Order: sequence, then C-alpha cells, then structure tokens
Amino acid sequence: MEHEILTGNIIGNECVLTVEELARACCAEVSWIAELIDMGILAQQGEDQSGWRFCAADLTSARRAARLQRAFEANTEAVAVMLDLMTEIKRLRDRLKRMGLDPDE
Amino acid sequence: MEYKDYYKILGVERTATADEIKKAYRKLARTYHPDVSKQANAEARFKEIGEAYEVLQDTEKRAAYDQLGNRWQAGQEFTPPPDWGAGFEFTQGRASTTEAADFSDFFSSLFGNFSRQATAGRFRGEDHHAKIVIPLEDAFQGATRTITLRAPELDAQGRVVLREHTLNVRIPKGIRDGQLIRLAGQGAPGAGGAPGGDLYLEVHFDPHALYRVEGHDLSLTLPLAPWEAALGETVKAPTPTGVVEVKIPAGSQSGRKLRLKGRGIPGEPPGDLYLVLDVVVPAADTERAQQLYRTMAQELAFNPRRALGV
Repeated sequence: MEHEILTGNIIGNECVLTVEELARACCAEVSWIAELIDMGILAQQGEDQSGWRFCAADLTSARRAARLQRAFEANTEAVAVMLDLMTEIKRLRDRLKRMGLDPDE
Repeated sequence: MEYKDYYKILGVERTATADEIKKAYRKLARTYHPDVSKQANAEARFKEIGEAYEVLQDTEKRAAYDQLGNRWQAGQEFTPPPDWGAGFEFTQGRASTTEAADFSDFFSSLFGNFSRQATAGRFRGEDHHAKIVIPLEDAFQGATRTITLRAPELDAQGRVVLREHTLNVRIPKGIRDGQLIRLAGQGAPGAGGAPGGDLYLEVHFDPHALYRVEGHDLSLTLPLAPWEAALGETVKAPTPTGVVEVKIPAGSQSGRKLRLKGRGIPGEPPGDLYLVLDVVVPAADTERAQQLYRTMAQELAFNPRRALGV
C-alpha cells in the first residue's frame, strides 16, 4: 500500500463539486452553504440547489469562513466582510509580487 | 509526550472565568489566526491556542484537565494517570476528528475517546484537508510526490489516536497554484462498512527564483543592454522548458512586456510567458567606458526629463 501511487481528481476553476460534497468537505450542513451563497461568499454555478456546482476557490472560501466563524463566533455578514477584505489584500499583495516588490517590506 | 499547560498558553490564571478564557482566546486568535496573521509560526501557534481553548471552554474537559492538578510543568514528559478518565463521561465534543488531526498527542491521550459514543452505527468517514507545496517545474513535467500526514483514527478500543501515514501522489502536468487534488477514500475511514472520506490536497508552488506565477501565466524579468533595447536584437531568454531566442523590438524601454504564447503552464489552452524588459545601464568603471558615455552625451540630443518641462 505504501508504494502505491495515487492519482486524484483535479479541482480547479471548473465548477464540479456538488453542494453535498462541499458541505461534507467543510464538516457543515447544506443549509450553511446556502447561507454563504445568500451572502455572496460563494460563486456557484447552476440554478437550483441540486444543480449547484462549486470550484476550488469556493471550497477554500467556505473552509476559511468556517474557521473564522468558529474562532470569533462571527456572524455570516461579518465573515463576508472579512473574506472580501482578505481577497482584496491578496490581490494587492500578488500585484506587488508580480512587480517584483516584497509585500512584507 | 509533553505536558501542555493550557492556562499558560492562553495566558490566564487557573481560576479564570469562562468569560476571561473566551476573551483571552479571541485576543490571541486575532493575532495568530492563519487567515489574518503573517507571522511565520502563526499556524502552529493558532493550533496550540485552539487546542487550549477547546479544553478550557468545555466544562467537562476543563474539569478533567484540572484533575491532573498543577504539579506538571509545560514541556515535562507526561503519561496519563492509570485511572485517567474514570468518573468522567465526555459528551460529543465540538471538535470534529478533522480538527483533532491538528491537536497534539497530549490532547489525544486525554480526550481521544470523547467521540466514542458518536462512532456507533454506519457513517462515511470525514473528509481531510492538507496542503502540498511543490516546485513550479512539477507543473511542466508532472511528478510523484511523497507526503506524510497525521490523521486521527479509531483504535480497537474506539479511542482516537493520531497515526502518521505516507502517501505517494501523482502531480499531473498542468497543475496550477490553488488547485485541489481530491483523493477518493483517503480521508478518515468510514464506520460500519461505510466508505472513507476524501482527502483534499491544496496545491501551492514554491516561490521560484526566476518566474512569477499568475494563474497559468508566468512572467520573467529579462535584463537588456541599452543597445539591445535601442537597436532591437535577438537575445536568449530562459523558459521552464528550455532556452529560447527572442527578437527584441527596436526602441524598447524598461517595463515593456513581450508575450511568448503558450510558454506558460501547460494545459488546454496553455498559459503564456511574459518577458518584462529591464534595461540595465553598464557601469562606467573604466576610462574607455566613461569616454563612450561622454560621446553619447555629446552626440545624442537626449533629455530624459523633457516631459517634466525641465
């Protein structure tokens, strides 16, 4: 078993995860995922709940939301603001890096 | 294993109220939360704080922990007393086994059996998550990487124990930073014959000495001599798949970007490689070099500050 080479599925920008898979990966209920969608935290594709599909960035955001909610007992609205700010900071940091500048300087 | 002083970790007295413990935790969580903090050891520290809070915020666990008394010192070699756990009935804790993977052996030895009751019946194993940092080259050639993970497992007595396991994982050509590799059945084992959970590996690239990554595109700063930029010339440039020759257009300035289509991360379609031109001024460190600069100054009617009106 130790020498077996495992091949996984790649989850990237294409929306492939179902709402049940996303909820399970976050140890959360489907209703909590729906709450994140209501707040605009996730950018799912598909119309109704059974047709919703999510990408890697959605899973990362949802897990981050779960961690923030747990650590600070923050409500979903506050977590949404935190995530928006984090995304903006990351965008700016990445831009600095692309320009060859050190964001921590 | 080492004894952990949870009160010391949160910086509170042993007599602290639930409210004081919560306040101390929140304050430390703000400093060390890995989503917020940029400190190098933030993640490890946050786990330690989370573990301390997990025990001290829970009346049952705190009472049990307090029963160990204050004769232990942080870092001291520790084995649970033989009668440990007697007289305590832990209800299902807030910590899921996914989080338990983040907790120490010390925690597992004390509270490892807290989820025993919840394990009755047939249910799918929980999904696990881990990060894997790979060199950018793996995205070009593909690779097999060996990773070692600590995962909680139930032993024969139904106690949660942390077990190290090693996986060999295929990194496919074309993988990008931030993508996930989902390994079916490699998460927590299921109970009662139910399938195991999945393992999600979040892929990140090591910072590369030459290339900066954005999605599937790369960029590289390409230094040029002034005459190469001014006159236009064919120069050599490295790419992840080998050296190429690039025609620099005459009259190029620093900051100009040249796109090498399809030279980024492989895929359908592949990414591009951007060369960001950087004109480097040769040092005037010999008499001959200084003379050449003086000649240019005399012969070229060049005022780089014309646009400034001076």
